[in-house]
Amino acid sequence: MSLLSNTFVLLGKELRTEFRSRELLTTTIVFILIVIVLFSFTFDPTSDESRRFAPGLLWLAFLFASSLMLQPCFLREQHNDTLSALRLSVTDPFAIFLAKLAANTLFLLLTELLLLPIFATMYNVPVLSVLHWLALVFFLASLGISIAGTALSAISAQARMRELLLPLLMLPLLTPILVASTEVTKALFDRAPYVQWKGIGFLAVFDVVFLTALCLFGEYLLEE
Amino acid sequence: MTPPAFSPVGLRFENIDKRYGGLLALRGVSLTIAPGECLVLAGRNGSGKTTLLRIAARLVRPSRGSLSFSGGSRDAQENTARPGFVAHASMVYDELSAEENLLLFARLRQVPRPENRVDALLREVGLSDRRASLVRTFSRGMRQRVAIARALLREPAVLLLDEPATGLDPQGVTWLAGAIRQIRDSRRTILMSLHGESEISSLGTRAIRLDAGSVVADTRTGATFRSILTFADA
Repeated sequence: MSLLSNTFVLLGKELRTEFRSRELLTTTIVFILIVIVLFSFTFDPTSDESRRFAPGLLWLAFLFASSLMLQPCFLREQHNDTLSALRLSVTDPFAIFLAKLAANTLFLLLTELLLLPIFATMYNVPVLSVLHWLALVFFLASLGISIAGTALSAISAQARMRELLLPLLMLPLLTPILVASTEVTKALFDRAPYVQWKGIGFLAVFDVVFLTALCLFGEYLLEE
Repeated sequence: MTPPAFSPVGLRFENIDKRYGGLLALRGVSLTIAPGECLVLAGRNGSGKTTLLRIAARLVRPSRGSLSFSGGSRDAQENTARPGFVAHASMVYDELSAEENLLLFARLRQVPRPENRVDALLREVGLSDRRASLVRTFSRGMRQRVAIARALLREPAVLLLDEPATGLDPQGVTWLAGAIRQIRDSRRTILMSLHGESEISSLGTRAIRLDAGSVVADTRTGATFRSILTFADA
């Protein structure tokens, strides 16, 4: 019970500080918007071309933007040594990870859902009929990115070349998510859309495996 | 300060080593601190004071040796698992107000009726009128008041203070000395690291000096106590 109550209290803090500063959301939304617009102007794709490469572009943009979003996740806690205060206060350190990854997932989902209509308009891809399936892929992939990214953010925050280290560790580790979510999204953007269950299953398994690993070993990532 | 709801707790460091890579920060530190004692840790920069305090706070795991607590009721013993800790940094969020910070940590530590406790602490540290102001607008002294209030949220049996007077003006030091005196008189066990003599060091009932990670002097009285704080040879 204390794990859950601590998680909710910390999630509230994460949301309050972000919506007060809007640092992460603004940076991420602007970055993805620039990528989507620039790519559209550069290639001016037809509808068929869009169906083939737009899912990959979309997920690459999300992945790079998430590395921007996840970077300050634990760095911010070092500023006033608030991480120590949290470690002294929570019953289970996993609550710190749960709150951060829940907040990161929410921020990523919010960014994705805000930018989806712009993407659909610029790339001429119909999304309304498959919106519920897209929401499922967005959720599973965003959760996976947040779980692995939050853990790596905790590791990189204590390292010397912290700004460089997170993308270097995160991007290769998240390649399976990139591939799976691109394949599932491509199938949903098809002229005859279908659900690629294999990819969805892979994303779900990735989430469960990494969340379990974080639950078991997360405490060690926070030690000095 | 609120009267204690516990019997005092002592600490025992046994043969503690702490290694950071190739650096040995603490070397075989053995130290017994009696319940209710107010111990001043002195020593030059890098002598291991902060490491010892962080081990006592269980933020750092020793490479060798052990830390145990003695005396006190079962409640107090459980409380020692999470002592009150005031570090160099304020350990509070700049983007939250003083009240929001204290409520956050009170809820995390499951303080009963957190609003009442926070309200009382804000009054005790003299920040009632600035409760809604963001911490980033606070001076160093005001941040230190929030930090002390945070450390006292759960009425800890053991209080750890790492150079608490750093950056404070003379009025701030006087206020801090008064606050620590009240905490000491409520029979909490206090470990504080300090540089030199001050109003705050005079509150100590015992002083030890660390040098290169080892305890090199330990006293309770007189000229030796003073020499430990001033690095003079007694």
